[in-house]
Amino acid sequence: MSESASPRRTEDEADAESADADESESADAASEDGAAEPNPVRTGAQAVIAALERAGAETLFGVQGGAIMPVYDALYDSELRHVMMAHEQAAAHAADAYGIVSGTPGVCLATSGPGATNLATGLADASMDSDPMVALTGQVPTNFVGSDAFQETDTTGMTAPITKHNYFAQTADEAGPTVGEAFELAAEGRPGPTLVDLPKDVTNAQTAADPGEPATPETYNPATEADAESVAAAARTLERAEKPVILAGGGVVKGDASEELRAFAREYGIPVATSMPAVGVYPEDDELAMEMVGMHGTGYANMATTHCDVLFAIGCRFDDRLTGGVETFAPEAEVVHVDIDPAEISKNVKADVAVVGDAGTVLEQVGAEMERAPDAEAWREQCREWKAEYPMDYQTPDDEPLKPQFVVEALDEATDDDAIVTTGVGQHQMWAVQYWTFTQPRTWVSSHGLGTMGYGLPAAIGAKLAAPDQQVVAVEGDGSFLMTLQELAVAVRENLDITVAVLNNEYIGMVRQWQDAFFEGRHSASEYDWCPEFDKIAEAFGAQGFAVSDYDEVADAVEAAMAYDGPSVIDFRIDPDANVYPMVPSGGANGEFALEEGQL
Amino acid sequence: MTGGLQGPAPEERPQPTGRRNAQGERIDPEAHAEQDTRKAVVSALVEHEPGVLAKVSGLFSRRQFNIESLTVGSTTVEGHARITLVVEETDAGIDQIKKQVEKLVPVIAVGELDDDAVRAELVLLKVRGEEPDKVHAITQMYEGQTLDAGPRTITVQITGDHQKIDDAVDAFRQFGIIEIARTGQTALSRGDTPTTPGESPAASAESTVNQTDLQIQKETSDDD
Ligand SMILES: Cc1ncc(C[n+]2csc(CCOP(=O)(O)OP(=O)(O)O)c2C)c(N)n1
Repeated sequence: MSESASPRRTEDEADAESADADESESADAASEDGAAEPNPVRTGAQAVIAALERAGAETLFGVQGGAIMPVYDALYDSELRHVMMAHEQAAAHAADAYGIVSGTPGVCLATSGPGATNLATGLADASMDSDPMVALTGQVPTNFVGSDAFQETDTTGMTAPITKHNYFAQTADEAGPTVGEAFELAAEGRPGPTLVDLPKDVTNAQTAADPGEPATPETYNPATEADAESVAAAARTLERAEKPVILAGGGVVKGDASEELRAFAREYGIPVATSMPAVGVYPEDDELAMEMVGMHGTGYANMATTHCDVLFAIGCRFDDRLTGGVETFAPEAEVVHVDIDPAEISKNVKADVAVVGDAGTVLEQVGAEMERAPDAEAWREQCREWKAEYPMDYQTPDDEPLKPQFVVEALDEATDDDAIVTTGVGQHQMWAVQYWTFTQPRTWVSSHGLGTMGYGLPAAIGAKLAAPDQQVVAVEGDGSFLMTLQELAVAVRENLDITVAVLNNEYIGMVRQWQDAFFEGRHSASEYDWCPEFDKIAEAFGAQGFAVSDYDEVADAVEAAMAYDGPSVIDFRIDPDANVYPMVPSGGANGEFALEEGQL
Repeated sequence: MTGGLQGPAPEERPQPTGRRNAQGERIDPEAHAEQDTRKAVVSALVEHEPGVLAKVSGLFSRRQFNIESLTVGSTTVEGHARITLVVEETDAGIDQIKKQVEKLVPVIAVGELDDDAVRAELVLLKVRGEEPDKVHAITQMYEGQTLDAGPRTITVQITGDHQKIDDAVDAFRQFGIIEIARTGQTALSRGDTPTTPGESPAASAESTVNQTDLQIQKETSDDD
C-alpha cells in the first residue's frame, strides 16, 4: 500500500460518486414511468426558483443587487410575483407579515453584504415572534468567500442566532433542494425564519439535480400530539381548579387553533387572557375575554393572571414584558404549559405540567380527557367584577388636543371585523392593541419580541399582498413611520389599498413617557418637533394625504381614506402628552399595575 | 395628568402571598433559597457539517450558559460527530441547555451522562528539563508518556479523569510548567446504555465493521 492511498476519500472522489448515484437514480426513475426524460439542465438560480414554486411560494419581496442577480434573472421567466421593495429591512418585514397573515412562509431576497445586513433586523424580528419566513441572500463567489471581497459578509455566521436555521449552498446541485428544505422548515413545528446563502458561482453554475419534493431535515421531528400521561395530568389539574385562567400565546395563532381555543374556553367556562402576539385568537368582546396581559395589558387580565390557581398557558414563551417580575407572576398558580417547542417549557416560568405538542391538537386531546368543568362560577364573577372595576377608558376634555384612543376607536368602527392592523413600535402600538377590539386571529400584525420601529408600513404591504380582500390599516407613530416611510413608493407603485394612520405626537412618545416616569422628565433626544408634514409626504410619493387635529374631522378623514383606492396617509395630530396606561414598570408585579403616572 | 383609567390604586388591591424564585418555580417564601448549581456532562450527537460547532458554541455564549469545556470529534458513523460539554448550572439551567442544543437542526440527539460514565481528559505539559529523572518518575506515577525530551524542556502527556489531571498538573509544578494544553473532558456512558438517547451503539459498531470491510476491498482492488 502506497502512502498516498489514504483511507479518507478526497472530495473529488466523493463528488464523483454522488454524481454517479444521482445519475443512476434519475435513470431508474425515468425508466419506471416510461418517459425517459432526463432532468433539465439549468442554472442553480433556476433550480432555486423551481424549488420555491414547488414549495408553494407565491409572492417574494426583495431588492436587486450584484450577488443575487442570477436569481433575479431566473425570476424573469417565472410566474412568481416579485415585489421590489425600497429597502431590504422592509422586504423582510413584508415577508414576515405575509407569513403571519397567510400562515405560509413569506419569502424575501437580498444581495450579499449590505443587502444581507439590512435583512438582519427583519430576521431577528421574525425569529423572536416565531413567524414563518424564508430569506435568500446572494453571496460572493465561493472562491472569494473569506477574502473580504467586495460586498462580502459572513451571512450565515451573522444570522445564526436570529434564524431558526440557515444554510450555505455549496454547489448548484444543492441549491434547489436546500431552498425547498428551508421553506418547509420555516413553517414546520414552531415556525421561524430560515435563510439560504447563495454564492454567485453556485447560482450561475449548471445543474441537472432535481430539487425533489421539499422536506424538512431528518433531524427535525416536532411532536404534534402530546403523550397521554401529560394530557391526563393537564385535564386533572384543570378539573380541580377553582380560579383557572387560559393564557393563549402566539402558538395558538401559528397552530391555527383559535377555533379549538374558543370551544374549549366556552365549554369549561375558563377566562382567557392573551399575550400580545395572540391578540385576536379569542374575541375581545366575549364575556370570558380578559384581553392582553403584561406591561400594558388590561387591569383585569393582570388581576386574573396574578390571582389564578391554575394557569393553562398555550403556545406562549413567558416573555418578560408579559410576566413582569417572574417572582410575582401568577405566583400561586399551578402552571400547565403547552408548547410545540420543548425548549420553551420551564425556560422562564417552571411548568408543573408540561405538555409538548401542537396547540390545536393538545386542546382537543385535553378536551376529550376532561371529565368535568372546573367549579369556577365564583371566579368568573370575580373576573367580571375586575372588568367593571378597571375599565379601559379615557377622557376627551374639550380643552385638550385629540386623544389617540379616540382615533383608534374611530378606525376600528369604520372597518370590518377582519380588517388587519399593523403597527410600528411605541405608544401608538399599545393604544392600537388596547382600544381596537380584535375578534379574528391573524388580524393583529405587530413587532412583539424585538419591538422594531418601522415595522408598520412594510408589514401593511406584506399583509395586503397576503390578503388582498381584507382592509389593512397601519397604525404608526411619527418616529416609527419615519424609519421606513420610503416604502410608500412601493405601496403607490403596486396600488395597494392601505391606510396609514400616524398617531403624531411629535415625540418618540414611549421614550418620553419613560423619561417622565423614570428620568425626572428630562426629554433627552425624544422630541420630534422636526417631523415632516406626513400628508404632504404622502402626496409627494403619489399617495393620498390627510391631516387631522380635531375630533370632528376624524370620522370624515377616516371615511375618505378608506374610500380612496390606493395608499393613503392620515396625519393625526394627537395630544403630545398622552401616555399609555395601565402600566407595569419593567420587572414589577403585574397585579400592581399603575393607572396613572403617580402610581409608578 | 391625562388619566381616565379608574379602579383601586395598587396598594388598595388584594395581593397574593405566593412567590416564585429566579427559575420561575413556586416557592415557600419563608423557607426557600435559590437553586444550587452542579456540574453535568452533556453529550450531543450532531451531523458533522460546516458550522455546527459554531452553532452550538454560539448558543452557549448567546444564552450565557456557564460552559467549562467542550470537545468534539468524529464517531463510528460517517457524517456524525460527538460534542461533549461540561457545564455548571442549576438543574433548570442544565435542562434548558439540553433542550436548546437538541433544538438546533444539525443536532441528532442530546443526553446527560450519569455520574458513573467513563470520562477522560488529556493534558500536554511542557516543563523545564533540568531534572529529567524526577520528571520521569512523576510521569510514571500518573501513567503518562514522555513525548519530547530535550536539554531544556520535557513534554509529557497524561490522560485520566478531571481530578487526576488536576493532581498531575499540581505535581509537575515543582519543575516549572512552561506551557499546558488541556482538551477538556470527553465521555461515554458505561455498558450498554447509549450515550445519547436513541443512539444505537451496536448498529454503529456494525457499520464500522462494514466500513472497514469496504475499505479493505477498495484497497485490494486498488492494488490490482
Ligand atoms: C428600531 C428601533 N429603534 C429604537 C427603538 C426604541 N424605541 C421604542 S419606542 C420608541 C419611540 C417610538 O416613537 P414613535 O414611533 O413616534 O411612537 P410613539 O411612542 O410616539 O407612539 C423608541 C425610540 C425601537 N423600539 N426600535
